Amino acid sequence: MSYLEYHIKYVPTGIRKVLHLNWPIILLLSAVSGVGFLMLYSVAGGSYSPWAEPQMKRYALGLGVMLIVAMVPIWFWRSVSGAAYLVSLILLVLVEIMGSVGMGAQRWIDLGFMRLQPSELMKITLVMCLAAYYDWLPAKKTSRPLWVLLPVLLILLPTALVLRQPDLGTSILLLAGGAMVMFLAGVHWAYFAAVFGMVTGIIVAVFQSRGTTWQLLKDYQFRRIDTFLDPASDPLGAGYHITQSKIALGSGGWTGRGFMQGTQSRLNFLPEKHTDFIFTTLAEEFGYIGGISLLSLYTLLIVFCVAAALANKDRFSSLLTLGITGTFFLFFAVNMSMVMGLAPVVGVPLPLVSYGGSAMLVLMLAFGLIQSAHVHRPR
Amino acid sequence: MRKSQTEVNDSHVKLSRRTLLLGGAQLALVAGLGMRMRFLQLDQADQYRLLAEENRVNIRLIAPARGEIFDRNGVAIARNEPSYRIIMVREDAGDVDQVIDRLSKLVKLDEVELERAMTEMRRSPPFLPVTIADRISWEEMSRVAVNAPALPGITPEVGLSRFYPLRSDFAHVIGYVGPVSDYDLSKIDDPDQLLRIPRFQIGKVGLEGRLEDNLRGVAGTKRVEVNAVGRVMRELDRRDGQQGEDIQLTVDQKLQSYTQARLGDESAAAVVIDCQNGDLLSVVSAPSFDPNLFVEGISVANYRRLTENDHRPLATKSVQGTYPPGSTFKMVTALAAMEEGIISSDNTVWCPGHMEVSNRRFHCWKRGGHGHMNLEQALAQSCDVYFYDVALQVGIDKISAMAERLGLGHRFDLPMSGVAQGLNPTREWKQAVRGQSWLPGDTVNVSIGQGFVLASPLQLAVMTARIASGKAIQPRLVKSVDGVERPVAVAEALDINPAHLAEVRRGMNTVSNNRRGTAYGSRIIEDGYRLAGKTGTSQVRNITAAERAQGVFRNEDLPWNRRDHALFVNYAPVENPRIAVAVIVEHGGGGSAVAAPIARDITLQALYKGDPPLEAYPSKDRKRIQEQQEELRKLVPSRNLTRSDRA
Repeated sequence: MSYLEYHIKYVPTGIRKVLHLNWPIILLLSAVSGVGFLMLYSVAGGSYSPWAEPQMKRYALGLGVMLIVAMVPIWFWRSVSGAAYLVSLILLVLVEIMGSVGMGAQRWIDLGFMRLQPSELMKITLVMCLAAYYDWLPAKKTSRPLWVLLPVLLILLPTALVLRQPDLGTSILLLAGGAMVMFLAGVHWAYFAAVFGMVTGIIVAVFQSRGTTWQLLKDYQFRRIDTFLDPASDPLGAGYHITQSKIALGSGGWTGRGFMQGTQSRLNFLPEKHTDFIFTTLAEEFGYIGGISLLSLYTLLIVFCVAAALANKDRFSSLLTLGITGTFFLFFAVNMSMVMGLAPVVGVPLPLVSYGGSAMLVLMLAFGLIQSAHVHRPR
Repeated sequence: MRKSQTEVNDSHVKLSRRTLLLGGAQLALVAGLGMRMRFLQLDQADQYRLLAEENRVNIRLIAPARGEIFDRNGVAIARNEPSYRIIMVREDAGDVDQVIDRLSKLVKLDEVELERAMTEMRRSPPFLPVTIADRISWEEMSRVAVNAPALPGITPEVGLSRFYPLRSDFAHVIGYVGPVSDYDLSKIDDPDQLLRIPRFQIGKVGLEGRLEDNLRGVAGTKRVEVNAVGRVMRELDRRDGQQGEDIQLTVDQKLQSYTQARLGDESAAAVVIDCQNGDLLSVVSAPSFDPNLFVEGISVANYRRLTENDHRPLATKSVQGTYPPGSTFKMVTALAAMEEGIISSDNTVWCPGHMEVSNRRFHCWKRGGHGHMNLEQALAQSCDVYFYDVALQVGIDKISAMAERLGLGHRFDLPMSGVAQGLNPTREWKQAVRGQSWLPGDTVNVSIGQGFVLASPLQLAVMTARIASGKAIQPRLVKSVDGVERPVAVAEALDINPAHLAEVRRGMNTVSNNRRGTAYGSRIIEDGYRLAGKTGTSQVRNITAAERAQGVFRNEDLPWNRRDHALFVNYAPVENPRIAVAVIVEHGGGGSAVAAPIARDITLQALYKGDPPLEAYPSKDRKRIQEQQEELRKLVPSRNLTRSDRA
């Protein structure tokens, strides 16, 4: 696998690469992040500290990282995919060991200027690795059982490690993101149907067993599942967050209560208002119009990325772009479903808007890969 | 490994197809999110807006100032005093122990109270204020205020608390307030929100209790914005409540305080009523207690001291206590007989000192007998046999009908606790309650106010006022509510021949102004201020034959609680009655010796609106009276606490 495989007549070099970047995507990223700065400024009660300012610095750093990654040819990234996956996996195991060796439950590695969560990195390197795998694998072998088993293991290994942390949200994103790449790569739909059928069957069996003699779970486990699926049944515990979140959203109305006028967030009724639940603050203060605008920005970002992927004739580039886009979609779709009471609360931040260093940097790195694929696409 | 062009194209087509499939699914999901947002933010916006408001807005009650109570001249009887307390906010205090230590050097802190406060502080959120010391003095409060910089988190607060400046003088009339209890709440169907305020003061007994609805006022509300943990962020608006209605009594504070002091430590009661309009000028029960003890909740020791006292300071003897009226009842018997035409001023009865009725011997108080008695002499010398004889001719039915006309056996509607009905016995009553028929002996007993008949001092005062004025006077305690005068009940003329009333009044005049009268010693000699009255001594025991044989029936030889009650009723001035007075001294002994002098002092005090000149007293009493007046002046401090003096 080398540069020679690319049917490239013309590749921009040096500073000219900047002109060939996918600028609409950069603009959209900045717009979404801008919304984030605005909301972080608002939830801090009209102050740049403690959230808006660090977030802006990180965005600037992220932008730099993205540009550097974009300048590096995509075939370099393809060649290091496997190694990147391995490094991520080792880091995951490392935090797992460190956690068990008496440093307490810990998901991150301190880099000095920021704390890196290997699980965040894994979201991208998994997609990279799978994309490289399917680029390498001849198309006719794609659906052979043995060649299906290998990527499944590649997905399940980090998923299991993340689940042990425990971080349900990230595990779901890893699982769904990996499955999405496999689906796009052309793995036969019967596999997906089979897995889907099996999971459904197990869930049905577990719930059917409730109250019978062959009950598969303990009673308290069932009760925990109940509150997980229906937080409203526990209004002062798990349900409190989701109820307050819905109140904040609902009270926004058409145009919202005005910038920095959201009572739910300002008076601390909202939990995690600067991280997972930041969307509710936006919806409370800018209403339906504000919420739909952010959703449209995200959708546009997805559309531009998918268009770029489809226009790219290189299989690795396409798969990588689509995989990252899919993961990004899962990010905000799960988060929004969560805060709107459509999905259980699993702890997934709103990408680029929620306060958080690892997620922001890793996402910008991923968009750097998309840019690189775009700049170095076969022409 | 170079892939063939067709293979690359094939896989690219497949990729595009699946991308579109996945993209479609994603778009559907985004559309779903949009719909959900629409549902929450547009369709259900109003409902959620309301919930958000409920979250954020907390309604706090503002307690209204309780209505104040004044005497007929505007002297404050019950007012609201600022009460100072010290509150502490843990989060502002920093080192709690150190602050408490410093505070304890400035203010006397109660150990138990402090322990309770510390427990409460540990349990509640750090920003909630906790009361550290309650009811501290103004000096302590100012010491804390001056040292505020050294006491972070400590704030002195001012509230309103009930205060009775006259202390024991009005305890029985207006009662007292106390912290609302669960028992109080259980009696009310739909309690006012105010009553949910911990330690909110409500009227418990007396006028404070009976007129609670007028006095309490209406709560104001304050809407405050709170955050998720309940901290108050700011006040949004406030709606002021309505202050309780002020009440003015008909009672004259100076007379009331004098009367209370005059009765002193005796177990006694006195009522002074205006003969013309029924205004109660003084309603006193002795001994009394300090109602301020009850305001913040009385201690067990203090309460026990009050309940274990055999003179029963907590009882409102003036309206609640009922006693055999003794000889003060003789006016009733006389009036009943005259109205029936059985006696006139000329009829005489021979009193040999006793009378045989149904084989039982009824004694006159004078063992040797009075000899020939007409009505005037019988009243003046309180001859029992005269009334035995007359009563047997009239019969109980006419006597009890007359008693009823004069107000006995009637529960007057006064806003005080436990206003008694007394007992005006009839044949029907005895049949119904005792299951026995009325005997002539019962009539004989009733004729001199013994036996079944029972009356409260209030009833005796009303009776006297009715005899003096010839009108059906109704007692009135409340002069005005919230500045609106309460109407005086129109007193109609009694359905009694005025000539007969005049006969009785002549007899009462003789009682106190004739050398042979039983109350001659308690006469007033100032013209235009003379009183006319009637003594009474009611037995609370039967003198046994054995006692009679041993000769042990001198009152002073008996234990206190078996001695006779001393009574006296009177009106004054004789020519133009303005006031009527009833005095009873429980187990005091003889009416003429014990009750009459008290009644005379009270009468003069009422007529002169202050200490009377010594010339009003017979010359041989003056020296003693002068000493007594000086003594009482020490007990009754001049209290010129009028409305304008309020803090």
